[in-house]
Amino acid sequence: MEVNRRDFLKIAGAGIGTLVLPSLDVKAAAIPGNLENAHAMLYDATLCVGCRACQVACKKRAGLPYVMDENQMYEMPTDLNGDTWTLIKLYQDTETYSYVKKQCMHCVEPACASVCPVAALEKTSEGPVVYHSYKCIGCRYCMTACPFDVPKYEWDEVNPIIQKCDFCADLQAAGQQPACSAACPTGALISGTRAEMLAIAHQRLADHPEQYYNHVYGEHEVGGTSMLYIAGVSYEKLGYPTLKDQPIPDITWPYMKAVPFVFFGMAGAMSAIYYWTHRNKEEEEG
Amino acid sequence: MATGVNNIRLRKYPVGAGMIIVWIAGAIGLSVAVYRWIVGLRITNMSDNRPWGIWISFDMMSGIGLAAGAFSIAAIVYIFNIKKLYPIVRPTILTGFISYILAALTLLADLGLPQNIWHLIIYWNIHSPLFEIGWCVMAYTTVLLLEFSPVVLEALGWKAPLKLIRSITIPLVILGISLSTMHQSTLGTMLLAMPYRIHPFWYSPLMPVYFFMTAIAAGMAMTVFESYHSARTYQQKFKIGIASRITSWIPYVLGLYLVIKVVDVIVSGTYIYLIQDPWPTFMFLIEIMGGALIPALMFADKRVRSNLSGLVWASFLVMGGLILNRFNSTLVFMNGDFYFPSAAEIAVSIGLTCLGIILFDAAIRFLPMYPNPREKQAIKSLENAV
Repeated sequence: MEVNRRDFLKIAGAGIGTLVLPSLDVKAAAIPGNLENAHAMLYDATLCVGCRACQVACKKRAGLPYVMDENQMYEMPTDLNGDTWTLIKLYQDTETYSYVKKQCMHCVEPACASVCPVAALEKTSEGPVVYHSYKCIGCRYCMTACPFDVPKYEWDEVNPIIQKCDFCADLQAAGQQPACSAACPTGALISGTRAEMLAIAHQRLADHPEQYYNHVYGEHEVGGTSMLYIAGVSYEKLGYPTLKDQPIPDITWPYMKAVPFVFFGMAGAMSAIYYWTHRNKEEEEG
Repeated sequence: MATGVNNIRLRKYPVGAGMIIVWIAGAIGLSVAVYRWIVGLRITNMSDNRPWGIWISFDMMSGIGLAAGAFSIAAIVYIFNIKKLYPIVRPTILTGFISYILAALTLLADLGLPQNIWHLIIYWNIHSPLFEIGWCVMAYTTVLLLEFSPVVLEALGWKAPLKLIRSITIPLVILGISLSTMHQSTLGTMLLAMPYRIHPFWYSPLMPVYFFMTAIAAGMAMTVFESYHSARTYQQKFKIGIASRITSWIPYVLGLYLVIKVVDVIVSGTYIYLIQDPWPTFMFLIEIMGGALIPALMFADKRVRSNLSGLVWASFLVMGGLILNRFNSTLVFMNGDFYFPSAAEIAVSIGLTCLGIILFDAAIRFLPMYPNPREKQAIKSLENAV
């Protein structure tokens, strides 16, 4: 059961030698730098007429089936789901109303990509957060970590995958607009670089402060998103949560960075205690 | 059988009615799990706005927490050199080993694409707490297998591998402690990615510390609880001195936990919710009082620790405290749609727990877990030979 001190040192030394980790400064690699020149979209709720052309274009482009009821009648979903990547909703109270478009926010530093254990979600430097279904194990951590409740699941499938807006990454790579913004007839949804979108948003807020709620949603929320919003009512009413500026990956990364230190620190402490508690062993045995 | 130990044989411990129920529940649970692989997750009540259910809260979060006894007891016996506890090392390691197998089986039921679980090995994301947990659990299950293997090797009388395992016992134990420290705390880190979802009573930057500390306390309590039930079932003498010794450390662990928690609630300003949110307050107080404060006070009292029912009840409270904590933070007070587990989910959870009992029972019946005097002698001669 016991090993003598010399053997133990040999084994421990070999273990530590082979387990020494390379420096773990890969954060820079995971977050593709300044996204001001990456693709972004701006949704102006005051210009949206709720025609849902974007929704139809999205279904067509992504090849997503329509949700039918039992009589093969088309049913409007009430929230994003495994067959719906984008959705127009209407907020209405006694004084005011506003349409709102839901889809993936394409965070600058996305929680989903940070928590995915197999890196199935990836923030590309072009802007879109894309999903590699071939890697996915189906843990659904992305769904719980997303502060916007965006990733949805194919609960009825035997081999389900995550479904969420991919920002038409393929179309954008080919120099085209995302299908939804290309389909928008009123200019409520426009696409361009993040810097351009922010400039336009702030310009509109400055030109017509009476029309707008004075905040560009997505400029700073959880570190900023590539999907930006301006609207005439508060974002809470539109179902967008009040979020801090800190990106979610910045919360967990310091802990993850400490993991090797915890591992070797604990091993070192335990080895030290072992020697302390067994210091008289040889005398006892002798 | 070269050594004549001949220890892998059926020992005739009585089979109670309880065990028959356990067998039936285990069979039902496993059948439902197989059915789930055929039809998918539609038989669960999980949904887009409630993507994690009881398989995560109970089988994963609570199960791994309660399995922490294996590394705590190994540390106490091998590292802190408190040899008095040696007799319970084997059952505790076995309990831990089975718990981790169950956690892996739970994952196979819960993951949407269980056939892809090996992707953890080839697709890395060191930013993900779950990636680290996956690796630690794989590594630690291997460590537990090796830590448990002497029981089997002795029974088989295989001297060479036995000698090898014996020679690396201490490094193995230290590796197990390090891996456990990592993944027990990272289960808390995992929830740090949900600052807008988890109620402030449970969401705290110190969650990794809390998860680690409650796991140590509940792991030790689980060890006592398990030894008590094994002693009853297999007609062994319950070694109250050992149980008393283990539980004497629980007040320190839970006491420190409570102090940090109270300071945290005051400093972070979370206490304002004590007035605002009656339902979370109620659950929080039950968890803190019933699951930590009361059992800590009970175990601090020597009269409770030398009293059989006191020991078992206080252990039960500590374990219940951990389970309640994991449920509160990953299910009840995590924002999302209303959720109550489906019959299939409950059947699988109960079934897997029963499978754990069945595996434990099988190990006791077929392996020299509680050697009789004649076997003890044979093992002794084998040990001398090694």
